[in-house]
Amino acid sequence: MLPFLLRRVFSSVIVIFCVISITFVLARITPGGPFDTDKVVSDQVMKAKLARYHLDGSTWTQYTAYVSAIAQFDLGVSTKYRDWRVSELLRQKLPNSFVLGALAFVIASGAGVLFGSLAAMRKDSWIDRTAMFGALLSISIPSFISGPFLIAIFALWLGWLPVGGWGTVSQMILPALCLAAPYVAYVARLMRNSLLDVLKSDFLRTARAKGLTETQAVARHAAKVAILPVITFLGPLAAHLLTGSMIVESVFNISGAGMIFVNSIQNRDVFVLCGAVIVYCALLVLFNLAVDVIYTLLDKRIRLYA
Amino acid sequence: MPDAAAPARIARPDGWQILKRNRAAIIALGFLTGLSVIAIVVPMLLPDELKITSSASFVPPLQHSAEDHTLHVLGTDVNGQDMLYRLLSGARVSLGVGLVGALISLVIGTLYGMISGYAGGRVDGFMMRTVEVLQSVPRILFIMILIAALDDYVKGWIDGWRLLAQKNNWSGTAENMSSLKAYSKVLVMIVSLGLVEWLTMARIVRGQVLVLREMTFVTASKAMGQGSWGVLRRHLLPNLSTVILTYLTLTIPAVILDESFLSFLGLGIEDPAASWGSLLKDGAQVINPLESKWWLLVFPALLMSASLLALNFLGDGLRDAFDPKSGE
Repeated sequence: MLPFLLRRVFSSVIVIFCVISITFVLARITPGGPFDTDKVVSDQVMKAKLARYHLDGSTWTQYTAYVSAIAQFDLGVSTKYRDWRVSELLRQKLPNSFVLGALAFVIASGAGVLFGSLAAMRKDSWIDRTAMFGALLSISIPSFISGPFLIAIFALWLGWLPVGGWGTVSQMILPALCLAAPYVAYVARLMRNSLLDVLKSDFLRTARAKGLTETQAVARHAAKVAILPVITFLGPLAAHLLTGSMIVESVFNISGAGMIFVNSIQNRDVFVLCGAVIVYCALLVLFNLAVDVIYTLLDKRIRLYA
Repeated sequence: MPDAAAPARIARPDGWQILKRNRAAIIALGFLTGLSVIAIVVPMLLPDELKITSSASFVPPLQHSAEDHTLHVLGTDVNGQDMLYRLLSGARVSLGVGLVGALISLVIGTLYGMISGYAGGRVDGFMMRTVEVLQSVPRILFIMILIAALDDYVKGWIDGWRLLAQKNNWSGTAENMSSLKAYSKVLVMIVSLGLVEWLTMARIVRGQVLVLREMTFVTASKAMGQGSWGVLRRHLLPNLSTVILTYLTLTIPAVILDESFLSFLGLGIEDPAASWGSLLKDGAQVINPLESKWWLLVFPALLMSASLLALNFLGDGLRDAFDPKSGE
């Protein structure tokens, strides 16, 4: 287990390094600099400003300066928001996105596994058909459609829930549902297909033969195996949800990490952008690693190698 | 209950036959064909006064505007433009970006996957590691950076052509270039999305090539002196065509979603051009408890969801018909 973990951490660091390099270089060769404004600034002032952030000189020297700063765990400072360190900015914005993402993750995995299992156990019944049609429908309604409609119906028309903002539980319900809806569908479809395969296997026939009801057989034996492909999907999903959804945050007026991505690209705020990308990639490799470890706990036949 | 005494394996019927029997997929195909024809033809037939901005903003559906008494079937938006025209030209842009973007990703993904799978060994290992690294990049973020990078170049390039045309008095070209500039973002979106969306296609194609290259007809072809490129083109590509078609159909809605996502955030299609995403952005901005301008939100939402649903139904149908083992 330990050599596996070490090797995986090593390869993860390489992946993150590659991704940062691509992001930084792309962001710096993009036309337009962080200090371009409508005001005309003299060349000297511009040079001094860029030099203050080590953004002068060739792209290569900028890149090496940034990488050596990263190696000392220094994410740099924002070029847009004066005197804000990138780490402070992330610390302020990430918690909201984490809570929202965690809620959506619980909804997506819980409801998805439940609906998928029900559909598989009653294959071709009305439950199966309704669930699978609902899943396709939910995949076809992106959050920028469902969000405004949820607000219009539950906040403006019925007046049950607040329109937006963040902090109270009632403010969290609509955004979490909106963020989770398509992923409930993906998880349900995966779970259904996977469970259908498992239900055909010999060990389930044995379980039924020894007198277990279908529900017992699924709960005690089949679910454990059928959930493996779902877990593979849940790893990247968790990283994606935890780093915030730009659409949901903008529709429900939540100040979270999603907007960091959008704003930092528009402001050419290269250090903030790279900092956010680092967090995203770190979470992604972390959850993929967690998936591999959970795999071995669920299925003893799988040996870890990397 | 599974049938324990099922026969070993019956030959599967032809994929096209399975598809024809899938009623939902056929209806979806009909809907998409109809929508494409309407989106291309109807805007040409609409009278010109509907296409321009006017002072008659927020006219509700099926009412005449107070100024010039033209009928607006789906109402008008904040600039007094007819919603039916906006919706259909938005459909042109969204479907067009989806199709062309998906085609670009198809070409890249197929070539990449075929080379990787056929070369095998170290080359394959390296090419697939690269795909894995790229897959751990937040995709939408890279599209945003690409769009920011390409947009200025394309705008400058179009401007250059316009000035050149003005200098040389090429009649029409200068005007064409200025109208093209309004749609330059569309071009940028197509290229950026196509450059990012090919990863799944590459993985699927590579997997298929790994199976196909061990087949006897490939060995026979090689024994007869066919070069690698000939084997790929003559023997592997035809066998890959249905899988490619299936994943093309599934890539189109993904590209449409990304395009609308960016346009909704205001990073994509800009006025005067419209797409479903930019229309939804306008619709979402005007919802308020006092005065509901529901037609700005409901019509684009319905049309977009119906189209995505149809594309997903068709894609699922194709996958069931041609790639039954892949499941999800």
